[in-house]
Amino acid sequence: MSEVVIETPGAAASYLANGVTLRSWLLTTDHKRIAVLYFGTITFFFFIGGGAAALLRYNLILPQGMIGSAETYNRLFTLHGVVMVWFFLVPAVPVTLGNFLVPLMLGARDLAFPKLNLLSWYLFVAAGFVVLYALFAGGVDTGWTFYTPLTSAYTNGHVVATAVAIIVAGFSSIATGLNFIVTIHRLRAPGMTWYRMPVFLWSLYATSVILVLATPVLAMTLLLLAFERIFHIGVFDPSLGGDPLLFQHLFWFYSHPAVYIMILPGFGVISEIVPAFSSKRLFGYKFVVWASMAIAVISFLVWGHHMFVAGTSLYSALVFSILSFMVAVPSAIKVFNWIGTMHKGFIRFDAPMLYAIGFIGLFTTGGLTGLFVAALAADVHLTQTYFVVAHFHYVMVGGMVSAYFAGLHFWWPKITGRMYPEMWGRAGAVIIFIGFNLTFFPQFILGYLGMPRRYHSYPPEFEVLNVLSSAGATILAMGYLLPLGYLTWSLFYGERASANPWNATGLEWQTASPPLTDNFVSTPTVTEPPYNYPPPEVVHRHA
Amino acid sequence: MPEASLTHEFQYSSARHQAETAISGMWLFLATEVLFFGALFLTWIYSRHWNQAGFDAGARRTDLAIGTINTVILLASSFIFSAGLAFIEAGNTRRLIQCCAIAWLLGIGFLILKFGIEWREDFSKHLFPGPDFAINGPLGGGARIFFVFYFLGTAVHGLHMIGGLVLVGWIILRARRDEFSFRYYTPVCVVGLYWSFVDMVWIVLYPLIYLVGRGP
Repeated sequence: MSEVVIETPGAAASYLANGVTLRSWLLTTDHKRIAVLYFGTITFFFFIGGGAAALLRYNLILPQGMIGSAETYNRLFTLHGVVMVWFFLVPAVPVTLGNFLVPLMLGARDLAFPKLNLLSWYLFVAAGFVVLYALFAGGVDTGWTFYTPLTSAYTNGHVVATAVAIIVAGFSSIATGLNFIVTIHRLRAPGMTWYRMPVFLWSLYATSVILVLATPVLAMTLLLLAFERIFHIGVFDPSLGGDPLLFQHLFWFYSHPAVYIMILPGFGVISEIVPAFSSKRLFGYKFVVWASMAIAVISFLVWGHHMFVAGTSLYSALVFSILSFMVAVPSAIKVFNWIGTMHKGFIRFDAPMLYAIGFIGLFTTGGLTGLFVAALAADVHLTQTYFVVAHFHYVMVGGMVSAYFAGLHFWWPKITGRMYPEMWGRAGAVIIFIGFNLTFFPQFILGYLGMPRRYHSYPPEFEVLNVLSSAGATILAMGYLLPLGYLTWSLFYGERASANPWNATGLEWQTASPPLTDNFVSTPTVTEPPYNYPPPEVVHRHA
Repeated sequence: MPEASLTHEFQYSSARHQAETAISGMWLFLATEVLFFGALFLTWIYSRHWNQAGFDAGARRTDLAIGTINTVILLASSFIFSAGLAFIEAGNTRRLIQCCAIAWLLGIGFLILKFGIEWREDFSKHLFPGPDFAINGPLGGGARIFFVFYFLGTAVHGLHMIGGLVLVGWIILRARRDEFSFRYYTPVCVVGLYWSFVDMVWIVLYPLIYLVGRGP
């Protein structure tokens, strides 16, 4: 709103300058500082989970395995799954970019419940300590899905500690989701109507609905699992009268919506970046908005597709298959809308846009291969193979992690007040794209050829593709270490960022970089629709 | 509601804005609680469907008298709390404190009956589904699962009771410091919602534990 704010250096008023003691950070209720705390925490877990993945790929270089025992391998892939799903992917965008941006984008001064927000970080850290304890005390070897009765009756891993960690991390997610929903309902600035909200807020709203409604089901399920394991009684153990499929139903009732918890915020990030770097209005805004909401609703109705070969009835499998195909419709709407936005736009290939374009390609590949496994007959062949692993990673790593990096680069100047080095940023985006494809594309072929997942050794004829995949993982690892290096560098030596370095719309760009402690000098009033970019021809003439 | 005289947190535009937001936050929290207990009830009913005779055998060993008395106690407690809310809406802090104190004592009574007496009896009758479980034979497996749900359900409900009692106690302390008036009583509303929800859970637990399958 007022351009005056932008011109003041404002170092004293910036949220980063408002106290430098440890106490001023650990007891803060400022959503921006909590976002920074979360950035540190999830980066730590990203590299723990990534380290485990690196060891997995290292092991698979040779058919007989490079790491001694299958047991160690099992513990490593479980660790990788648990840490990446619950301590990186689920929280990643909401707790970092979301915490930072929701109030700024709404024109609010903070979230509705700042103390609850801080509590959610402490819960998350507590859960993190418990999961690290479980890891150092010997780990779990059951896979991140915790299928019974393996988890409840047979394994000797630290199932209970891990379950407790996941339950506590879940409460942290619920607190964040609840805070976002209430904030978006109640703290919109004057003139910020629902259809003037950036899509990022809509997608976080859809995400929060799933967080709030699905996570408690997982909490109860894991509670029952822990109870069953401690007291040797069988709710899920068939030898004691229980039903193992019941566990799978409950687990996937949470865990399938959870993959939309992971990807929906990514959609939001891409929907901000594509218009900004195409200098064009988002194509079909309302369609993108309602596609997010549709995904949130349908996500609750598709869990059964994880159990096609587990002995569910043919009719229920058919219904779940059709419902799973239906999720593709809103997802495809989004992809077409992003491409429609770029069409005839004035596209700038800065690092955030490179990540975003990579996202669109990789997510589309991941999404389309999802249709293969949603088809009943194909799934019988493909389930439990590397095809599923590749599909999942195309959506989660190629999609979600790319979106996270896209958003991280896009809002980095806003968050830190410094520019990242652009050439390094672009190099990182390209390296990650290449490394990612080299890692996971061979896995589609491996899966199609029938290589099952979760084995520490494999027949020699799969060696070439596995070596390719491991080589790709090396490049991918370099691609992830690169931003860690140059982003850290830019914190100290990066060029000072202006308030709006990308010429983007949105209220967050109308306050200083880094923002003031109170976000805005005075409460902004919104008078325009979102993404009110000038027509591309105009930009072109001035550029 | 005259708002100008009331303070509010900086992110809100008015005290009323803050109050309404707090209440909507509690409603949303209760929605997550519904799903939390919903998963328990679903699993409970599903397991009963496959082990009906065992569950019925288990239900017959429960103490219907204590369960019924506790139901009355709990409903009375939240009724009285709601009466307190009505009193503070009229500005009567003294009555609010009295109502909350009674509601609090009733809650404690529930916990004593449930965990001090009923659970102790259950343990002494070897109804905890451990190695020396009392019900054996063909119905043993189902009865064990029934008592898994019995102990887990009442324990989780009990934890919610304890949380609620802390909150009711907090309302009493704040009311004694004269922090509430007919203008400002949002925390009373918020805690009231939660305290009533704890009842609602019990209203489902009560038939699941004591009534279904008990027979004539």
